[in-house]
Amino acid sequence: MDKVLIKGNEAIAEAAIRSGCKLFFGYPITPSTEIMEYLSKNMPKAGGTILQGEDEVASINMCYGAAATGARVMTASSSPGFSLKQEGLSYIAAAELPVVVVNVNRSGPGLGGLGPAQSDYFQCTKGGGHGDYRLIVLAPSKGQEMYDFTMQAFDLADKYRNPVLILADGFLGQMMEPIELKERPAVNLPAKDWVTNGCRGRNKRKIASYALTNEIGEANCMYWQTKYKQIKEEEQRWESYQADDAEYLLVGYGTCGRIAKSVVINARKHGIKLGLIRPISLWPFPENAFKRHISTVKGIVAIELNAGQMVEDIRLAVNCKIPVELYNRQGGMLPTETEIFQYVSQVFNLKLPEEG
Amino acid sequence: MQKVFTRPKGLTELPFHYCPGCTHGIIHRLIGEVLDELNIIEDTIGVAPVGCAGFSLDFFSCDFVGAAHGRAQAVATGIKRALPDKLVFTYQGDGDISAIGTSHAIHVAARSEKITSIMVNNAVFGMTGGQMAPTTLSGQVTTTSPYGRDSAAFGNPIDLPKIIATMDGAAYVAAVSADSPKNIIAAKKAIKKAFQVQQLGLGFAFVSVLSTCPTNWGLSPVESIKWLQQNMLPIYQMGELKVNKEVEAI
Amino acid sequence: MAKVTVFHEYCKSCGLCIAICPNKVLEIGDKANQKGYYTVRTNDESKCTGCSLCGIMCPDLALEISK
Repeated sequence: MDKVLIKGNEAIAEAAIRSGCKLFFGYPITPSTEIMEYLSKNMPKAGGTILQGEDEVASINMCYGAAATGARVMTASSSPGFSLKQEGLSYIAAAELPVVVVNVNRSGPGLGGLGPAQSDYFQCTKGGGHGDYRLIVLAPSKGQEMYDFTMQAFDLADKYRNPVLILADGFLGQMMEPIELKERPAVNLPAKDWVTNGCRGRNKRKIASYALTNEIGEANCMYWQTKYKQIKEEEQRWESYQADDAEYLLVGYGTCGRIAKSVVINARKHGIKLGLIRPISLWPFPENAFKRHISTVKGIVAIELNAGQMVEDIRLAVNCKIPVELYNRQGGMLPTETEIFQYVSQVFNLKLPEEG
Repeated sequence: MQKVFTRPKGLTELPFHYCPGCTHGIIHRLIGEVLDELNIIEDTIGVAPVGCAGFSLDFFSCDFVGAAHGRAQAVATGIKRALPDKLVFTYQGDGDISAIGTSHAIHVAARSEKITSIMVNNAVFGMTGGQMAPTTLSGQVTTTSPYGRDSAAFGNPIDLPKIIATMDGAAYVAAVSADSPKNIIAAKKAIKKAFQVQQLGLGFAFVSVLSTCPTNWGLSPVESIKWLQQNMLPIYQMGELKVNKEVEAI
Repeated sequence: MAKVTVFHEYCKSCGLCIAICPNKVLEIGDKANQKGYYTVRTNDESKCTGCSLCGIMCPDLALEISK
């Protein structure tokens, strides 16, 4: 198959078109804008509609409307813009509408900077908006995954009638890599017998998210939790790299997962049994990835571009039975393999063979 | 004997939950009649607001989608862009469209989005208990203007249809009222035209309807009608405020 | 000949129909419906012309007019 050299953001956009996404509503914000610019050129050629809304709030609500009609729809933004979408996402989750959202995480809080960050992890995986809802969150770590996970996102959104988030970062969005433009896989998806597209030939339908009594409210909440439980059981995704015999583990997603691989390779050269667990689904967090390591791994280092967010989920996943340390950079800075390796050696008091 | 006045097919049989004398019921009926007469019930999708009419989804016979507060026109844009051959309308209170929803009110007109928007203006935020809204009259007492709206501090009521009528993309804008049979009949004509504008794909159509709120105004239904006639009608520009050339032919 | 039918379970006793009727055909009755409203009734049906002004003012579709 042909490969093209394109930016990560463009890979997301091309995957959306090839996934049958016919509608995109967005607003420019660095470092996500290329997604909308690419779609402005190419979505109309593919018979779709792209509309730049008056703001991020407008665009997420336009997605809500379009999804209600059964269409595949996407929006893309970056941290401050993603913050604006929170109410809309809460409504979309409550109304159980399939929408694909992209957050190209940049450094915050506030206006922040344009550099890569993972400081939106809590916001993306723990709700962000009001109420007990969850987004399915996929974290690509390279251009091909920006493409592949976008295609999967549309299918997951339709399968579960839930919004799905692609959480990238400023680095991945801008980086150009060779991408294989794979065909959309054939997937069995449930029929959309709930859409509000005009009641010709059927009873009228409505899509709403209010509960008129507390009893109905609780019943709704329990129903949604049942769905999230099913997603937790069936959709945990991760990559295990040299982890089978590992005595120490690195855990990092996105760009950190990529850098971590180099650390593992280097550590192994030094005789240290280091492995990597690279979460791919951030929600549901891949707790299952850790089960087999709980009694054999001596220490874990989380590598994050934030003040320490995913590290909490790792501690929960191992039930606090293994020490979990954090190596982090913030504000748009990326760690080098060397500094990570130094930290791992130092925090676990590892004697490197040459020193021994 | 034949029925000369009866429930239109555009409404379901469900009794309205609105307060006694609230003109939401009248405006709902006008829309129901229009959907019926234009034979568009099955091709229409309505967007409900947050407000007293937030539960209106069950009162109309067509498909309905509930929107977040102020966002009905953005939701409607999404629906219409996905289904350009269907008819999409928003039904919004004055608080919904002229406070939190104003950016969308301007931009659907700017883009000449091919939807129909109905604004129901009762000069307060009704659902939440009668707080001051951007449409509250100068001196009007509400729960957040207990000494009367102080125009020096909080401004004067916004005339949204007048603003929208200045925009090129607005194909049809009308300001009507639900206070009397004569005005209700005119309101129905305007609402019907606003849907026909969409049927013909002529651009954004907007109808603002002055409405009573007996409960939050602290008046009886009959007194509320009089209050509207004496206080609201005189300060707003009424009638068809914008009629594009192609709309004239309707 | 004309007639106004009151659907009592829809009537909320708001009085808008009574205020608008040019022939004083309608009045508040002395029977409460399920919701506790004292619903409207006709007091002299012979005066009804079927003008439907009452129906136009009724916010609850509680009135049906026949001619």
